[in-house]
Amino acid sequence: MRTLSEIDMTSKRACKAMGFPWGIAEEVGKNMRILEMFGLPGIRNLNQYFKNYKNQHFQIISLIAKSNVSPKIPYCPIVLGTNFLDQISILEELNEIKFNNVAYPLIFLPFVSRASEIIGKKIHLKLDENNFLLCFNNYIYSNNSISNIIDNCKNLDIKFIENQDSFTENEWNELYQLSENTFLEETDSLKQTAAGAGLSDND
Amino acid sequence: MKINLRDPNIVMKLSKLGSFHQSKLSFLRSFLKEFKDWKYSRDLFELDENGYGRAVYSFKKDNRTYSMVCFANQLNDDERSDRVIATKWDAAFVLHDGTPTKKDLDRLNENVPKQEIGRLSYKELTLSRANKSVRVFDHVVDSLANGKQPDKNILSKVGYLYRTTAVYGSGKFGLADRFRIKNRKEIYGPFRLEMMLVYLIRQFTFDQVNHIAKCNNPRKSVELDKDICRNLGIGNSTGLGMAPFIINHPTLLNNWILARETALKKIREIKEVKIRDSKNFFKCLKKSIKNITSWHTDSEFQQKKIKELLNDLNKFILFLEKEFNFDQDYPFNAIYLWSENNLCDESIEYIVSMMMEPYDDIITPLINQMSSEEEKYFNIPTSKTVNDLKNILENKYTNILKIDFSKKESNQNFWFISKNKLEPRVANRYIEDGSNLEEPLAIARDIKKLYERLSNQKNILLIGKFLIENNDLRHIVRRAFLIEKFPYSEIQDNTIGSNLIPIDMLRLKLSFFGALKFDPKSDKWLRICMFQGAPLPTELKNIDDQWIYNSLN
Repeated sequence: MRTLSEIDMTSKRACKAMGFPWGIAEEVGKNMRILEMFGLPGIRNLNQYFKNYKNQHFQIISLIAKSNVSPKIPYCPIVLGTNFLDQISILEELNEIKFNNVAYPLIFLPFVSRASEIIGKKIHLKLDENNFLLCFNNYIYSNNSISNIIDNCKNLDIKFIENQDSFTENEWNELYQLSENTFLEETDSLKQTAAGAGLSDND
Repeated sequence: MKINLRDPNIVMKLSKLGSFHQSKLSFLRSFLKEFKDWKYSRDLFELDENGYGRAVYSFKKDNRTYSMVCFANQLNDDERSDRVIATKWDAAFVLHDGTPTKKDLDRLNENVPKQEIGRLSYKELTLSRANKSVRVFDHVVDSLANGKQPDKNILSKVGYLYRTTAVYGSGKFGLADRFRIKNRKEIYGPFRLEMMLVYLIRQFTFDQVNHIAKCNNPRKSVELDKDICRNLGIGNSTGLGMAPFIINHPTLLNNWILARETALKKIREIKEVKIRDSKNFFKCLKKSIKNITSWHTDSEFQQKKIKELLNDLNKFILFLEKEFNFDQDYPFNAIYLWSENNLCDESIEYIVSMMMEPYDDIITPLINQMSSEEEKYFNIPTSKTVNDLKNILENKYTNILKIDFSKKESNQNFWFISKNKLEPRVANRYIEDGSNLEEPLAIARDIKKLYERLSNQKNILLIGKFLIENNDLRHIVRRAFLIEKFPYSEIQDNTIGSNLIPIDMLRLKLSFFGALKFDPKSDKWLRICMFQGAPLPTELKNIDDQWIYNSLN
């Protein structure tokens, strides 16, 4: 089995060899490490993308908007991802972002996962029929088990999820009441003697 | 009195970093201290009469076991090479996580002797190989077989029986990634498991000579005297492979240097030095002179440095004995200031190391801060502005911005990775082809380029937007933001200039390892000695923390 350190280093060097700058190659190295750690086929997709890279045109995007369409030429997932990461503080305010026609979208995914960590919000990513929940770059949940190459995604949707509880206040209270059964009701004597702090702050 | 940390613009110059010496912070010393109450045992020793075969040594505590598995092989003299490019060695070693099963041993037997072209698993932690110092090894075996102890003069010239040529860890060749083990408290200090492997190799070398001598002459042979064992270390040959490491791990470099600088600052801030502590300092200083006088090298460069160091230290000792009084406020600050005014860098840094000796209470907490969670600092803060970045460059790279890169000599060298050997190399770009495959190690040049590029931008522009057109400098933007938080993360020098001495970079790293007796073989590789004077594994419980000054040769 290849180690994450080897995956990082080899992906970085391969990316540089394809003509990307060192700084972007570093990003790709880290991203492949993330994908493979989460059990997603990063190396397989990256390898295939690089095989096509020299012969096929890929759309370069600079400033990302709410809706981004490139009907004929698919977006390069590395340039798209780098710019997504770099512009995340502005993009977050858009709440939802759509891309049409993205090449090898799994290569784009770890950029979004890292963006989730930077802004401290979960991000929902939809690659056609595949749904991913990206949680602060700590977890990636998916509705499908993906082990193959995904060479294109017609519709890629991103939704920033506001930080809010997944439960009702009532459910919380019920659980909290249960947890209270581990607390000791203080007697007058305990109130006088068991606390470390003084009884009055007026001294 | 508040003493400031030393200026990174001075400390991080290559000539300064290349003058560092071992200290109480060094990894091999902190490793021995951490593992002193672990149970050591030799679990397997299956060598034939020539010393070939396999052996297992371990350290155990609670539910944790680390086992060094060794394979000693026959090697013809013409196959023995110090270079990392060699393909056969006298012995190959691996540190296994746990107790190896028979199946593990068979698997390791197939792979460990092959080193780089073998394949390890997540159950292995570090990997190494070593060659005999043949003249010493044969002399020791012959002497022991004839019932005599070896000639100490012969031993003292070399200082070890074997020298390693590489020690690998952290995900190389299938070894466990660091993330799998990083939360183990006993390995919080950097390179702990590399140090353990080297230390156990040293013990194997003693056991092997005893075993061969006994097989050669069962009736007459004697075992190698324990005092002699203690005074033998393990050698190491180190080439350029180490140099890019300190550039590629900026936060780690910062944490090493910051620990050293913090220690110095705190010691200089001690108002009243106890008599016990001043005596300890002086004792270590005087004892350590032995390490310098027994430092043999053919390198004129190093001979000059040693001579200067010895002269300076004698001058310093005279100053301490005749002119200096510890019965004054902030005496270590006075010593430091005197050394800055009177001594060369090599000697100043030597004395800084010595000043740490009495102060366990200052040093021990710093040791645990010498690792780094590098991943945490990888992302570029793209919501900062061009103005923020310019300020960082102007404040943190003052000297680098003064370098004139339009001059040929400022750009003379380029770093590359050899396709044949997968090792870093440095070459003259005006003579050799291949600079189009230059590694991103020309930090000073790229910082200067970034500064020039930023000067043409609006100050309020966000870095995220600046990068859209300037991703060719993305690697250097990342570094520049690191230095804001990690002041000692960057070498403040030109790593591609005509006056580059690559061994300065190696020396820095090796001094943190705790190496002694730097012996440059060129400006690109050197030999060193580790663990000379160290207690044997069975003696660790009663370790004298200043064992490094006990060496007799």
